[in-house]
Amino acid sequence: MTAPTLKLVNLKTHFFTREGVVKSVDGVDFEVKAGEVLGLVGESGSGKSVTGFSILGLIDPPGRIVDGQILYRGEDLTRATPERLRALRGKNIAMVFQDPMMTLNPVLRVDTQMIEAVRAHDDVDDAAARARALAALAQVGIPSPEARLRSYPHQFSGGMRQRVAIAIALLNRPDLIVADEPTTALDVTIQGQILFEMRKLCRDTGTALIWVTHDLAVVAGLADHIAVMYAGRIVEHGPTATILEQPRHPYTRGLIGSVPTRGHRGQALFQIPGMAPSPLRLPPGCAFQPRCDRASDQCATMPDLRDMAPDHHARCWHPVA
Amino acid sequence: MLVFIIRRLMQAVVVMVVMSALVFGGIYLIGNPVAMLISDQASEADRLAVIRDLGLDQPIWQQYLTFVGKALVGDFGKSFRAGEPAMRLIFQHMPATLELAVIAMTIAVLIGVPLGLYAGLRPDSFGARSIMTVSILGFSLPTFWVGLMLIMLFAVALPDWIPGWPRLPSSGRGPTVDVFGLKLSFLTAQGWLHLLLPAMTLALAKGALIIRLTRAATREVLPMDYVKFARAKGLRERRIVGVHVLKNIAIPIATVTGLELGQVIAFAVVTETIFSWPGMGKLLIDSILLLDRPVVVAYLVIIVFFLVLLNLLVDILYSVLDPRVRLDATAR
Repeated sequence: MTAPTLKLVNLKTHFFTREGVVKSVDGVDFEVKAGEVLGLVGESGSGKSVTGFSILGLIDPPGRIVDGQILYRGEDLTRATPERLRALRGKNIAMVFQDPMMTLNPVLRVDTQMIEAVRAHDDVDDAAARARALAALAQVGIPSPEARLRSYPHQFSGGMRQRVAIAIALLNRPDLIVADEPTTALDVTIQGQILFEMRKLCRDTGTALIWVTHDLAVVAGLADHIAVMYAGRIVEHGPTATILEQPRHPYTRGLIGSVPTRGHRGQALFQIPGMAPSPLRLPPGCAFQPRCDRASDQCATMPDLRDMAPDHHARCWHPVA
Repeated sequence: MLVFIIRRLMQAVVVMVVMSALVFGGIYLIGNPVAMLISDQASEADRLAVIRDLGLDQPIWQQYLTFVGKALVGDFGKSFRAGEPAMRLIFQHMPATLELAVIAMTIAVLIGVPLGLYAGLRPDSFGARSIMTVSILGFSLPTFWVGLMLIMLFAVALPDWIPGWPRLPSSGRGPTVDVFGLKLSFLTAQGWLHLLLPAMTLALAKGALIIRLTRAATREVLPMDYVKFARAKGLRERRIVGVHVLKNIAIPIATVTGLELGQVIAFAVVTETIFSWPGMGKLLIDSILLLDRPVVVAYLVIIVFFLVLLNLLVDILYSVLDPRVRLDATAR
């Protein structure tokens, strides 16, 4: 058993807004090992992106990490100094953002943005940094990378920009990448290519990958493990095949049921009734209870994550059989 | 690019023609300059002779056509009052105004951008709140009052109260140095002292504007994904602010600075009057008072040319600052 690259222990990130405290992440535990892909799945507002940003220490006020530990190779990042966090960011832990049209600075050339990322961490000269940028662009499949280095972001398509962003994430050979819905804004064909390449990269280099998404279909072919988040907590966690084939939490079952498949052709898709609760007014106990057809009085108290099988946990009093 | 510049210059010509016609007609309506130029005791024959000399006996449209015909070959007529060519008068007064305007805007940018950047980066700090409060005063106080107060303070009160406090000159531009035929003050220490008060008066209002603009632009850029991504790359804060933020906010700042510079050159009249600064603004006021039409028209033609030129420079600067902007024939 190798030690995990990243381990979250009871992570809580809250936002102190004028309307009240938003508990975006409220006690999240998971771990990712080297070369492993974790799919962090949830709908908008479930806290999955905030979890990702918390790992890099990129939570802006009024939000802050109020409790818990982020253990990167055993080092607790919630106690790290800003300078230590800066040194880790982009070097050991990299991130890819959701919207490729917005991630690259529009007024700086691609080579500027890549070389600065290398030189922020390694004391190398311009030529060496440029060579690494070139290699990274080639690695993510950008044609004629030499010419493309001198281009501005607006001269790239969305898919190409996301490749550039991924190349920047790979520049310093991080051992953990947090990808925040990086394929959501892309065409399905481009999405498929990027998923395939990311998976291959992690296998080859032993990089751990956390893939944040709202799309179960995306992680189905990518992730080793899936963690499903709802209202700031993980409600189900286990190996991908187990989660997809034998979901135990009613919410996970609902998510899987609402994915269109060929077998359902012509039939109405399953819908989870109701709407995700406002993060300011979460119901007491299980947050999914108002939308759940299996809810009982017991659900007024918050269930713990319980073992359903070895390595498979669900946060439910009445798990689906 | 060339097409773009030519198109702009053609626009300038159209504006100049329309504007000169308006000013021509306007001054004709206001009154007869002859009354200002000839003493009451002059005989009727003298009066008629002067009117004929100045060409004022012809109908207004004919006067205008004569003016346009001569203007096409660069002759904007002679000043009614001084008898000198109007353009020469203006060019004599121009270096003083340009110098004052450029130095005032430089001070405004050098003070405004850092303060605005600070206020944008730490919007809740005491320093930022103080900067913003003072900046409201900066652009809401009228220029003439600010100018008078600065004179009171630095040329009168402080030197009186504190022995040894240097008394700043409050009028004129002091000794000048000839540079390629331009008379400039800022090359001598005395000239600098003369420049200080009028330049500060102009810089206060423009600086306040730039502070607020820089702050607003910074607040707009900071939450952008590319700034967060720069943080995620592990860049140092200095590089994030100094390159990623600054290069993006430079675009609106350059635009406004260019336009404001044009405004200062064209309309520093009040400040020039208060400080007896021998610039174009003062010349314009004197000429309007005497209905000295050739000078007023020539002045406005020059100003239109300047504003168009500055706009052109701003547009070219734009394409340097923002790679997404390309100046081609289709751009307007």
